[in-house]
Amino acid sequence: MSDFWILLTGVLVASCSGILGAFLVLRKMAMIGDAISHSVMPGIVIAFLLSGSRDSLLMMVAAMACGLFAVFLIQLFQQKGVQADASIGVVFTALFAIGVLLVSLFARQVHLDQDAILYGEIAYVHWNTWIVSGVDLGPKAVWLLGGTLIIIVTVISLFYKQFKLITFDPALAAALGIPVALFHYLLMGMVSMATVSSFESVGAILVVGMLIIPAATAYLLTDRLGMMILLSVGVGIASTFVGYGAAVIIDASIAGCIVCAAGILFVLAFLFSPSHGFVAKKLRLRKLVA
Amino acid sequence: MSRTDSKSTTFVMERESIAPPLAVNGLTAAYQKKPVLRGVSFTVTEGELVGVIGPNGAGKSTMMKAALGLIPRLSGEVLVYGKPYKQQRKLVGYVPQRESVDWDFPTNALDVVMMGRYGHLGLFGRPGAKERAIALECLAKVGMADFASRQISQLSGGQQQRVFLARALAQDASLYFMDEPFAGVDAATEKAIITLLQELKQEGKTVIVVHHDLATVEEYFDSVLLLNVEVMGYGKTKDVFTQDLLQRTYGGRLAFLDRSGLAQPDITKG
Repeated sequence: MSDFWILLTGVLVASCSGILGAFLVLRKMAMIGDAISHSVMPGIVIAFLLSGSRDSLLMMVAAMACGLFAVFLIQLFQQKGVQADASIGVVFTALFAIGVLLVSLFARQVHLDQDAILYGEIAYVHWNTWIVSGVDLGPKAVWLLGGTLIIIVTVISLFYKQFKLITFDPALAAALGIPVALFHYLLMGMVSMATVSSFESVGAILVVGMLIIPAATAYLLTDRLGMMILLSVGVGIASTFVGYGAAVIIDASIAGCIVCAAGILFVLAFLFSPSHGFVAKKLRLRKLVA
Repeated sequence: MSRTDSKSTTFVMERESIAPPLAVNGLTAAYQKKPVLRGVSFTVTEGELVGVIGPNGAGKSTMMKAALGLIPRLSGEVLVYGKPYKQQRKLVGYVPQRESVDWDFPTNALDVVMMGRYGHLGLFGRPGAKERAIALECLAKVGMADFASRQISQLSGGQQQRVFLARALAQDASLYFMDEPFAGVDAATEKAIITLLQELKQEGKTVIVVHHDLATVEEYFDSVLLLNVEVMGYGKTKDVFTQDLLQRTYGGRLAFLDRSGLAQPDITKG
């Protein structure tokens, strides 16, 4: 049974991050995803210290607030003339450091494992189950990720055209009266949510891999946005299965293997994609010359 | 002017009889505290092609963006058919500079043109068969019907520009803002664009175009706005497009421009 729950958790992480990752990659905000995933750290720790539990609603809200605060700070610094990449670097490392500091100060009292936050513990998701009046409803992580996925799918499908237009042409979007900033923060809020829901299983660092690598892989495989989102989720799910299988065989970190698998799939797409692949491009060039 | 009744039928009659397509009053805008537009005022007559001319950094694009509410204005008023732009969005079409978007975006020409319909679809509406038909029709008008399913990065610069124009047509507006539609396009596209502008004009639409090529100004535009942070001249092309006013607008950099204004096609580039 544990295999099932671990794989289901992985699939849910892949689905949440795959959908959002496609928009992050196209908006050239891959590093914003990285920044958010690290910046939620102090929120998680503070909520944990306040509630003493790691699956409270408070944790979700606090982490989201921290993620959005990071996005806001990054934009503020950029507008005031700090270079874009520098302002991302400053904000997320500083916020992450505050989180590390808090964990190291209070970790002994509250059993919040630094490694678990950084690298996740997907192997143990099935231990932490949700029991309502004696009935075991399955791992809490699955419920949390499932809820997050429903929210993401609902919001993105309701406002697909808005998200598409603010990604492709924000100037026209604004001219048409689409509240560009609102949708930007809505997207960033969902990225924060996905990060918090995933951090327990894959950790704050590896979730970035799930946000960016499958989306970047999908980008190499298609010329349609809708298909890119589906492929992004598909690549994430494939990475989950391949990675988990490999982890069982070589007895290594599951989350590590999943993201490695995603990396390998990316390299394969980079080399062999029929439309954008390195090999296909070389072959086309050779045909032109011959 | 009584504007208490906002019913669309009344309103259409009203805008045709009274309010000009665009009235800009004392518009001032700035990027990071540095004013790029100061006290700009002009009123556009319905059914005209208006060229906006001026050196680089004169605030031509900024004027459009401020009018469309894309950047905040420090002061001044912009009225579209007598009302603030926010109430008149559906009457206004916009063609941003071609370089302002990433043409590697995973989509095709038809899909980009359909984006022009988004403003008519409401909050949750989805583009369907009707939008598709309109988009195809607009692509045909710019001579791009055969490229509907082409990935946009596979199009030439001129073709991309025509897709942008088709998208603006799909907006089905009465007043159009076009930011350098002629920049870096081939001769075929230039001809397609100017034909289109003439057609729009014949339909009674008003088009404001940021333009760089001084050699074609007299041929293309009914009126000209000479801009260099402030308005240096505005009026009918034959009255405003003069050696004297151009000299003032370009700050003497046009010393070698001959009387006809046709000598230096690309004077402002670079």
